[in-house]
Amino acid sequence: MPDSDPIAERSLQMQASPEFQRLRSRFMRFIVPLTVLFLAWYLAYVLIAGFAPDFFATRLGDSYITVGLLFGLAQFVSTFAITMLYSRWANRVYDRDAEPLREQMEHAAMVGGR
Amino acid sequence: MEEINPLINMIVFGAFVAVTLFIVFRVSRRKATENEFYAAGRSFSGRQNGVAIAGDYLSAASFLGICGAIAVAGYDGFLYSIGFLVAWLVALLLVAELLRNTGRFTMADVLSFRLKQRPVRMAAALATLAVCFFYLVAQMAGAGGLVALLMGFEGTLATSITIAVVGILMIVYVIVGGMKGTTWVQIIKAVLLIAGAGIMTLIVLFMVQFDFNELLARAVEASPEGEAILAPGLKYTNPVDFLSLGLALVLGTAGLPHVLMRFYTVPSAREARRSVVWAIWLIGIFYLFTLVLGFGAGALVGPETIREAPGGENAAAPLLALALGGPVLMAVISAIAFATILAVVAGLAITAATSFAHDIYASIIKRGDVQPGAEVKVARITVVVIGVIAILGGILAQNQNVAFLVALAFAVAASANLPTIIYSLFWRRFNTGGALWSMYGGLIACVLLIVLSPVVSGRETSIFPDADFAIFPLANPGIVSIPLAFVLGVIGTLVTKQSADHAVKQAEMEVRSFTGAGAEKASDH
Repeated sequence: MPDSDPIAERSLQMQASPEFQRLRSRFMRFIVPLTVLFLAWYLAYVLIAGFAPDFFATRLGDSYITVGLLFGLAQFVSTFAITMLYSRWANRVYDRDAEPLREQMEHAAMVGGR
Repeated sequence: MEEINPLINMIVFGAFVAVTLFIVFRVSRRKATENEFYAAGRSFSGRQNGVAIAGDYLSAASFLGICGAIAVAGYDGFLYSIGFLVAWLVALLLVAELLRNTGRFTMADVLSFRLKQRPVRMAAALATLAVCFFYLVAQMAGAGGLVALLMGFEGTLATSITIAVVGILMIVYVIVGGMKGTTWVQIIKAVLLIAGAGIMTLIVLFMVQFDFNELLARAVEASPEGEAILAPGLKYTNPVDFLSLGLALVLGTAGLPHVLMRFYTVPSAREARRSVVWAIWLIGIFYLFTLVLGFGAGALVGPETIREAPGGENAAAPLLALALGGPVLMAVISAIAFATILAVVAGLAITAATSFAHDIYASIIKRGDVQPGAEVKVARITVVVIGVIAILGGILAQNQNVAFLVALAFAVAASANLPTIIYSLFWRRFNTGGALWSMYGGLIACVLLIVLSPVVSGRETSIFPDADFAIFPLANPGIVSIPLAFVLGVIGTLVTKQSADHAVKQAEMEVRSFTGAGAEKASDH
């Protein structure tokens, strides 16, 4: 490996730069609540299934569809919804913000003579 | 089951093997570079990789196991499938892209990126090999168990021969085709599996005039448990144990090394994201199919017939196929079940071989000083060794109840791998001490708790029914081992010293993971 200090220095600089800080905190602000939300929702589902099965056994009217079945299908719906929400956000917002920073890092790498 | 026609089954299965072998040989390169052998030259598109991920992930347990569980125990089988799906959100939101940006071939690449190379790489490689081993033996033993059911063979010898055939095919796919060949096998299998399940789902729904309520009504009528199949509680009777399993499923997927390795086969983080989106849709839709197929098998075949069939619950989907479309459809579905096992074991074998050759041989033993081509050679030899171990393990375990091994693999992935992945990506202070404590702690806790659980001793269904050292009451260690590994990561970090270049390496990894600067590019040859 040639002298690796330039990458190290650039990385430290980049990490400290307001643009990068903004990118990272934007990512965290989007991801963390969403993660807490889906984990809590899944945990709630498993706990109800385990400790309150009678609630899940409740039938809707005189059909054979139960509350538990609807909750289960709702897990599918929420998973698909979060997937699309994240993918739209990442494609439109995150990539747009991250791209210039990547170019900046890689451009500096070329100028830096590596 | 006299209706089984082994000849049709064999022809359909033989056709699958012939087509996949043809493709594997076509895409193979004798002088493959590491990039080609381990990561298929990073040349797959996000969509292709998404289909391959579904092919890698949807094991026979997902198809035959979940259909059977729903057919016999109703709601609890469905409950099980949901954990497998929701888990993908962890991979999508927290792991896939950042990992694609920072690693080259293996999980250990990412974990040792900013920490002390050799010890962390060793721990990550051991965790990788442990997960692959547990999962592989479970799949192989399961493959043997399916023979009596699908091909009409019986007896230990026939089962052992089938396990050996599965093992040998796996070795050939991986040695010849590397990651590219393995990926194509997984893509073909995923298309067949999802299409097969989809066609059966349509036929079932057609029979009830697309009235799901009517399907449930018939399933309730056919079941000795009656309405109890519409609610939880028939299969998982201990809610704490199920919570423990649920945690391992949802947090384990994003730590499964063979899943993580798939993200390196695409050219960029953006494609890795697209792969997961595709995988989530395919896997989710597939589990919705199994809901219809499970209740369909309950209604049309009946839980009692399924329980008494060779293979028990696993027979639900093939018997449903027989009821719906006669011996030909059953042959097709049976062959697909076999293809499923083949694709999954091939994915595991290449992951284990890559980890051994790249992490242990090249990076730890040779300290990165390897001749060009030597690493891939070692990987190919490792595939043979792993294949032989898997065949022997599968033959030895064929009469055991090995379902716990899959749960154990997920528990190890969630305890030994996920905390360190999350901490190294998101916690700046996290250091080598924390990684080692968390990985070894999580791994040892999982294995120890399983040994001390009713799975191994103390019950009639245990591996050693005559002994009793089961002091841990749950069959799933996750509820203890996962929090423990997270806590050990924190304690280990706090009580050990940071290395001198901690801040620099951390900055390098963080900038690279979030921006993609310097990430491995596709190679076009």
